[in-house]
Amino acid sequence: MPNVQSLRCKECGRDYPLEPIYVCDFCFGPLEVAYDYDAVAKNMSRESIQDGPLTIWRYDQLLPASRENAVDIGAGMTPLLKADNLGRELGLNNLWIKNDSANPTHSFKDRVVSVATTKALEFEFDTIACASTGNLAGATAAHGAKAGMRTIVFLPADLERGKILGAAIFGSVVLVNGNYDDVNRLCSELGDDRRWAFVNINMRPYYSEGSKSLGFELAEQLGWRAPEHVIVPVASGSLFTKVYKGLQEFAQIGIIDSADTKMHIAQPAGCSPVATAFIDGQTHPKPVVPNTVAKSLAIGSPADGYYSVGIANKTGGSATIVPESEVAEGMKLLAQTEGIFTETAGGVVISALRRLARDGVIGRDEKTVALITGTGLKTLEAIADSVETKTIEPTVRSFDEIVMETVVN
Amino acid sequence: MSVTVKIPTPLRKLTNGETSVDVDGATVKAVVESLESSFPGMRDRLIDESGGLRHFVNIYLNGEDVRYLEGLNSPVGDRDELSIVPAVAGGLR
Repeated sequence: MPNVQSLRCKECGRDYPLEPIYVCDFCFGPLEVAYDYDAVAKNMSRESIQDGPLTIWRYDQLLPASRENAVDIGAGMTPLLKADNLGRELGLNNLWIKNDSANPTHSFKDRVVSVATTKALEFEFDTIACASTGNLAGATAAHGAKAGMRTIVFLPADLERGKILGAAIFGSVVLVNGNYDDVNRLCSELGDDRRWAFVNINMRPYYSEGSKSLGFELAEQLGWRAPEHVIVPVASGSLFTKVYKGLQEFAQIGIIDSADTKMHIAQPAGCSPVATAFIDGQTHPKPVVPNTVAKSLAIGSPADGYYSVGIANKTGGSATIVPESEVAEGMKLLAQTEGIFTETAGGVVISALRRLARDGVIGRDEKTVALITGTGLKTLEAIADSVETKTIEPTVRSFDEIVMETVVN
Repeated sequence: MSVTVKIPTPLRKLTNGETSVDVDGATVKAVVESLESSFPGMRDRLIDESGGLRHFVNIYLNGEDVRYLEGLNSPVGDRDELSIVPAVAGGLR
């Protein structure tokens, strides 16, 4: 926090004061937090990070809110696991899984919301709200509860039950008859005349910075080195751009030597505006109406899509469109090789990874990280038709007949 | 060749509050130049340093995003309607 200079327009570079604003008045570009990197470099070292808390707040020198008053329920420092079984299956010797379903509300959204909630308190808001595809709602509701704020989260009504109930336990959930883009538009209108902190609207420049911590952690957990490849599930594209930014910042201030990571986009066929733009050689994703089983990726009008396409191109990355039928397959493959039950977005990532390995985009020995950003327990509906159970009478005979007859392995 | 251009709220300071204006031009680019001569400052708000449409400005020609037509070179006919719509960065994420 002490190193924050201003909000700066990503497009035209105009500076703005640190307020709850998110769009450049002049050119409509998004505002982003600007840091004094000389000050960061003086204040931040591998040692100072390691002396910090085991949460995202260990990187507070590159976050736009103050660690002293952080709303911290333990987001971050999730496991980075060497995935030898999955790697063997895919022909990759240096594969790692970043398991962000191990966050407090079981998705990476706790990272961004911890920052947004802390900042909302600094701005003296008493109400925190969001538009969500599900995971953000749970994270916002939980952090709002911890912060003692009034919390209102808005969700598309057709969302999975696990996500709705998993947010409602913390506080007020509003279900909106419409898709995520409709919900978001409604929230933009509501935000115009209410003094509320909308984590993904007027808090967005601060909120999105929280995702950099994923990039920071990858580097720290790999022994202060950037990976060669990262595969990221893309919805708005914010996570994609911020993982990249985190790695670049670490290189810039000398925490790591370099960051030549190739950034790979993974999207499901039912909502792939960013991947489609990359593949077609367009710079601007064309909005789509989402229709995908991966509801956490169902953003048809992705505002960081333009930047994501640019980063994938600049880093020599790629984009993969995963057929809907392969989403559950990816979930099963990760579960049955590595013991991690991911949500549909993770299924998209694993199936994209399989294609990248098969096509030689990722080399056998190249250090590769697949980002698993949420848990499968919130999206049980997605696998209901692709897993089997057996029911028997409580007798050995029934077991022998029904189970031993059919189960070989 | 007269074209109707719909002006979004943030740019109405330049048009003295007019929500829609009629200007001449045979292409989107020519229309932007006409806007600039009637309402100085408009070009800078729409066009970046490299001469392209600003990334967070959308212009629709009869409802079609000009990026998916011929961009600033898209031909504009008599009685066509152009809408300038800022892509609400952040709002639509």
